[in-house]
Amino acid sequence: MELIGHVLVLCGAVFVLIGAVGIIRFPDVFSRMHAAGITDGLGAALVLLGLSLAEGFSTSSARMALIVAFIWCTSPTACHALARSALTAGLTPRTTPTPKEPDRR
Amino acid sequence: MDLLGHYNHWVAVALMMLGLWTAIESRNLVKKLIGIGVLQTSVFVLYLSFGLTEDGAAPILVEGRETYSNPLPQVLILTAIVVGVASLSLGLALVMRIGAAFGTVEDDDLDDSEARP
Amino acid sequence: MTLVVDCILLALLAGVGVAVWRSRDLLTSVALFSIYSLLCAALFTLLEAPDVAVTEAAVGAGFSTMLMLAAISAVGRSERRRRRPPLIAAAVVITAAGCLAWGVAAAPPFGQPDAAPHVHVAPFYLQDTPEAIGIPNVVTAVLASYRGFDTLGEVAVIFTAGIGVLTLLRTPKRRGSERAATQGRKVQASATVFVGPDHVVPRVVGKVLLPGILMYGLFIQFHGEFGPGGGFAAGVLLATGFALYTLLFGVRRARQVAPAHVVETIAAAGLLVFLGVGVVTVVLGGSFLDYDEFGEGPAGQQLGILLVELGVGAAVGAVMIAVFSAFAVFATRYRAR
Repeated sequence: MELIGHVLVLCGAVFVLIGAVGIIRFPDVFSRMHAAGITDGLGAALVLLGLSLAEGFSTSSARMALIVAFIWCTSPTACHALARSALTAGLTPRTTPTPKEPDRR
Repeated sequence: MDLLGHYNHWVAVALMMLGLWTAIESRNLVKKLIGIGVLQTSVFVLYLSFGLTEDGAAPILVEGRETYSNPLPQVLILTAIVVGVASLSLGLALVMRIGAAFGTVEDDDLDDSEARP
Repeated sequence: MTLVVDCILLALLAGVGVAVWRSRDLLTSVALFSIYSLLCAALFTLLEAPDVAVTEAAVGAGFSTMLMLAAISAVGRSERRRRRPPLIAAAVVITAAGCLAWGVAAAPPFGQPDAAPHVHVAPFYLQDTPEAIGIPNVVTAVLASYRGFDTLGEVAVIFTAGIGVLTLLRTPKRRGSERAATQGRKVQASATVFVGPDHVVPRVVGKVLLPGILMYGLFIQFHGEFGPGGGFAAGVLLATGFALYTLLFGVRRARQVAPAHVVETIAAAGLLVFLGVGVVTVVLGGSFLDYDEFGEGPAGQQLGILLVELGVGAAVGAVMIAVFSAFAVFATRYRAR
C-alpha cells in the first residue's frame, strides 16, 4: 500500500512538471489554461491521494481526500472563469499554427 | 540544519531589500504598496527563520516529543500578518480615493494635476 | 530533505520577487504577489509554523489579492516606467542591504538549538503551558493568555484600520451640481468587479462550497487550542467566504446577507468582548486579563482563552468583511481612467 502511495506521488509530480512545461510552451491563452488545469486537477490530486495511501487510514488521510474533492470542485471552476473572462476580453482560441513554425507538409 | 548557516537569513534580507527597492523606485502608487507587501512578507520569513530549532517540531505539544520550535516568533508574526493586511487595506483605500479625485495614480502626473471634486 | 526544499522555495521566492518588480502590468504584479504569499505559506510550514502558514495563506494569497484587484479595477492596470533609476535611492538600499546582511551574520546559525532566542523565555512557555493552561497549542496559549495584552493592542489596531477605510471610502451622497461634474467618470455598475447572472458555473459551485468554507472558518476558530488556527486565521477565512459571495452575487445581495450596520456592530462587539474580559477580571478582584479569576487552574484559563479568541475572530472577520464591501462598492462606482 505504501509503495502504491509513493508511486502515485511520483506520477503526480510528473504531471505537475508536464503542466508547467505546457504553460510555458503553449502558444495561446486557452491552451495554457488547459495545461494549468492539469497541474491542479491531476498533479496535486495524485500527490495528495498518494500521500493518503502511504499514510494508511487515519484522520490525516480522510482530510487529504476532502482536500482532493475540494480541489476537483474549485480548479475546473477557476479555469472556466478564466476562459470566460478571456473570451469577454476579446481573445479567441488560436486554430492555425503559429507563424514562426513553418507548416511542415 | 547547520550546513545552511545563514542562507535563509541572507535570502530574506535580499527579498526585503527587493521589496523596498520596488516601493521606492516605482512611480505607481499601487506598485509601491505591492513592494511594501513583499517587504513585510520577507520580514516574516526572517523572523521565523530565527525561530526554528534543529529537529524541533511545531509548538503543538504531543505525547513523547521533547524538542519544539520556538513559539514566540510565531505569535509575533501571526498578529503581524493580519495587522499588515489591515494597513494595506488602508493604503489601498487612500490610493483609490486619490485615483478618483485626480484621475491618475502615477507620481509624475499627480504632481501636475489638481484635485477634482 | 528539508534543506533541499527550503533552498528551492527560497530560490523560487527570489525569482517571483524579481518578477514582481520587473512586470509592467499591475494585474501581473498582483498575481505574482499572490504566488509569493503562497510560497511563503509553504515556507512557513517547512519552518514548523503551521498557525502562521494558515494565516498567511488566507491573508496573503486570498484576501490581500482580492483587495488589490478591487483597487486595480478602480485605478487602472498599467504602470509607466521612469526613464532613469534613482541613484541616491539605489545607494541607500544597497547600504541598508549591506548593513542588514552584516548584522544578520552575527546572529546564530539557522536552527541552532542553544541560540539565545531559544533558551530565555521559550522553554518556560513550553514547560508551563501543560500545567497552567492545559491546551496543546502553545502558540494560542501565549497569544491569548501569557501575552494577551499585546493581542488586545493588535485587535485595536485592526479595528482602527477598519474605521479608517470606512471613513475614506464612504463618500456621502453628492449634491446635484457635483453629481453632474463626476458623471463622465462613472462606469456602469457591475461592469468591472462582479460576475453577472449568466455566469452559471461559478455561481453554482460557489453556492455548494460556501457552507463548507464558512464551516472550515468556524472549525479553525474553535479548534485553535488543539491544532493550528485561532481567531486571526478564522476571521480572515470567514471574511474570504463572504467576499466570495459578494463577488459571485453582487454587492446588493451581499448587503442583504450581511448588512453594513450588523457587520460594523459585530466588529465593535468583538473588540468590546476582549476588553470586557479584562474588565470583568478586574471587577472580580484580579489584574486586567488575569484569567485565574474565572476559576482555578486550567479551567479558568481555557474559558478566558475561548472568550478572547471569540472576540478576536469576530472583530477581525467583521472588519475584513466591512473593508471588502467598502472596496467593492467604491470600485464599481469610480474609475480613474
